[in-house]
Amino acid sequence: MTKTLTTLAAAAALTALGASGAAAQDATKACYIYVGPIGDFGWSYQHHQGLLEVEEAMGDDVETAYLESVPEGADAERAIERFARSGCDIVFTTSFGFMDATNKVAGKFPDVKFEHATGYKREHPNVATYNSRFYEGRYVQGVIAAKLSEAGVAGYIASFPIPEVVRGINSFMLGAQSVNPDFKVKVVWANTWFDPGKEADAAKALVDQGVDIITQHTDSTAPMQVAAERGIKAFGQASDMIEFGPDTQLTSIVDDWGPYYIERVKAVHEGTWEQHDVWAGMAEGHVVMAPYTNMPDDVKQMAEEVEAKIKSGEFHPFTGPVNKQDGSAWLAEGDTASDEELLGMNFYVEGVDDKLPN
Amino acid sequence: MRIELVKRPQHSALFSAVSPFIALGLTVIAGAIMFSLLGKNPVDALYYYFIDPLRETWSLHELAVKAAPLILIGVGLSVCYLSNNWNIGAEGQFIIGAVAGSILPIVFPDFQFWFVLPLMLVMGIAGGAAYGAIPALLKVRFNTNEILSSLMLVYVAQLFLDWLVRGPWRNPEGYNFPETRNFHDYAVLPEIWSASGRAHWGFVFALVVAVAVWFVMARTLKGFEVKVIGQSPRAGRFAGFSHGRMVFFAFMLAGGLAGLAGISEVSGAIGQLRPSISPGYGFTAIIVAFLGRLNPLGIVAAGLVLALSYLGGEAAQISIGVSDKVARAFQGMLLFFVLASDTLIHYRIRITSGRARAAGGRAQAAPAGEVPHGHA
Repeated sequence: MTKTLTTLAAAAALTALGASGAAAQDATKACYIYVGPIGDFGWSYQHHQGLLEVEEAMGDDVETAYLESVPEGADAERAIERFARSGCDIVFTTSFGFMDATNKVAGKFPDVKFEHATGYKREHPNVATYNSRFYEGRYVQGVIAAKLSEAGVAGYIASFPIPEVVRGINSFMLGAQSVNPDFKVKVVWANTWFDPGKEADAAKALVDQGVDIITQHTDSTAPMQVAAERGIKAFGQASDMIEFGPDTQLTSIVDDWGPYYIERVKAVHEGTWEQHDVWAGMAEGHVVMAPYTNMPDDVKQMAEEVEAKIKSGEFHPFTGPVNKQDGSAWLAEGDTASDEELLGMNFYVEGVDDKLPN
Repeated sequence: MRIELVKRPQHSALFSAVSPFIALGLTVIAGAIMFSLLGKNPVDALYYYFIDPLRETWSLHELAVKAAPLILIGVGLSVCYLSNNWNIGAEGQFIIGAVAGSILPIVFPDFQFWFVLPLMLVMGIAGGAAYGAIPALLKVRFNTNEILSSLMLVYVAQLFLDWLVRGPWRNPEGYNFPETRNFHDYAVLPEIWSASGRAHWGFVFALVVAVAVWFVMARTLKGFEVKVIGQSPRAGRFAGFSHGRMVFFAFMLAGGLAGLAGISEVSGAIGQLRPSISPGYGFTAIIVAFLGRLNPLGIVAAGLVLALSYLGGEAAQISIGVSDKVARAFQGMLLFFVLASDTLIHYRIRITSGRARAAGGRAQAAPAGEVPHGHA
């Protein structure tokens, strides 16, 4: 087995070096399923940027296809199966709601590789899962917010009360508390991933309640635009939204899927793909902070220091002492939260001024 | 020169038959122009739209999966609309049917016997019918506008489902993600012919229901009653038909069928409840009902055509790389031409010469007889 792999890898290397004529392998077909439109400038947009990076990096060795705005539910299974049947070698399903459909189709097509973003089920050897530690970026944002906010209150536009989002709110809160222990966060649940109208309404409501910094866990640029109109500051989401708020964006957590996608598609191309579960963050370059803008140099410097500490592994955003919202102890001094706890997080930390909708 | 639409004294049998083909022809032409403007080969595009999804068995199964809820709901809605009950809330009845039908596998997961599935179907129908009875009751008792009440109950149903899957019905082993546990084997609606694809018995239900409702509407007194009350409530009263009972009948029938569609979809195609279980079937089915001219057999055809346009849109996206938006615009064109061509059934086109144009002002004002309905 190892021998075959080495041979394959060598062949691939030769091809890459430009050993003309001897096309050792056909192009690998990489296919992507997005839950939103590629023009959302958020979640699906960033996955699509990853696809484009794969195309650029692999040239003729790769062929791509994608389906956008695929609803979660019965339609997802058809979309995934269509890809599996149409000659895709690897299919990336990029929303949590595609989890069961991905596993179901994977069972029927053992020769096709499947990669599911943000899920936890790997029922077949040809299913891998991947996610990013966005909460690392949220912590940095919390630090910046507490440094800059005069009101001492930030507004948080949240999508759905799932662990991913709750974890982000908590991380933001802990970052802010590290600067100002009395910092407050007002949370608004938009109950959508992408709805510019609703998100804008939420942003306006928050500004009217006196917040002077807005952060969001929804995918459109609407909150950034509202913040720009009202002359307050905001953090971007998923992509660098600086175009939508040149004087407004402080930074943004950029989901950089490109390196991961290139690595995985190459692995398929070279025959070295193996099942795994990856939860990578700043250290691996999956979570990238957009340039720190519209802030004084000392705040920028502090943000960069915190980012560097998280990146090097010196600091974990969830480090004790941390209490739960009701005041009960959660993490003791110096302890860090386990991935298990983070993945199933359904409680707030102390200081969040909101009741988790349940 | 001007073009006028003139109402026919009787609807044209010829155009009833050919209007779908005219529509198809116009769609193909307009589609070809659109694809050419986008720099895509129009022949390829049309091939992927209309032919590719019909080429493979698995894809035919998918067509059945997609068409089943549209047909079931559309057939129920046709009875509503024929009896002049404007039920816009099938989406909500679909959801409540799915929720009611899911009580057994979710709340009592250890209750695993062969009769669980039949019970689920019955509960799904009952749930949808009960939810449909709410706007009916409001209409009969308080004379509430059923368009508004049924539509707003959709949002109530959506939020209720959302609350259930995030709260009390959330899968205890699911990392707090908003979805219920997966249905056990006894609660899954089987596939018709699982060796070749995943079409489930919901499609068979849809066909049986369509034929049954067609029979009732065309051959029985009840069908006559529906049409009389729909066309002339006063005549219906003279005939001794109860208006109130008809409202309940239509809403509960449509609700029950939407509920059946809901539980079939959840148990046959999804396998659990999630925050969103329908990509708007209840609303698309309104189009299907009218596309099928409120005739249950026509609705079967319309449901299949609409399902095909979804699958074709996907195939075109993948194969020739047109965007999702183009696929939807094309779907819109198809519907537009179908409905526009239907105009020819009731109207004929008259092209008048230049001299008539001078008298145009008067022709427009002409009150009786052949009333012109359009101008160039």
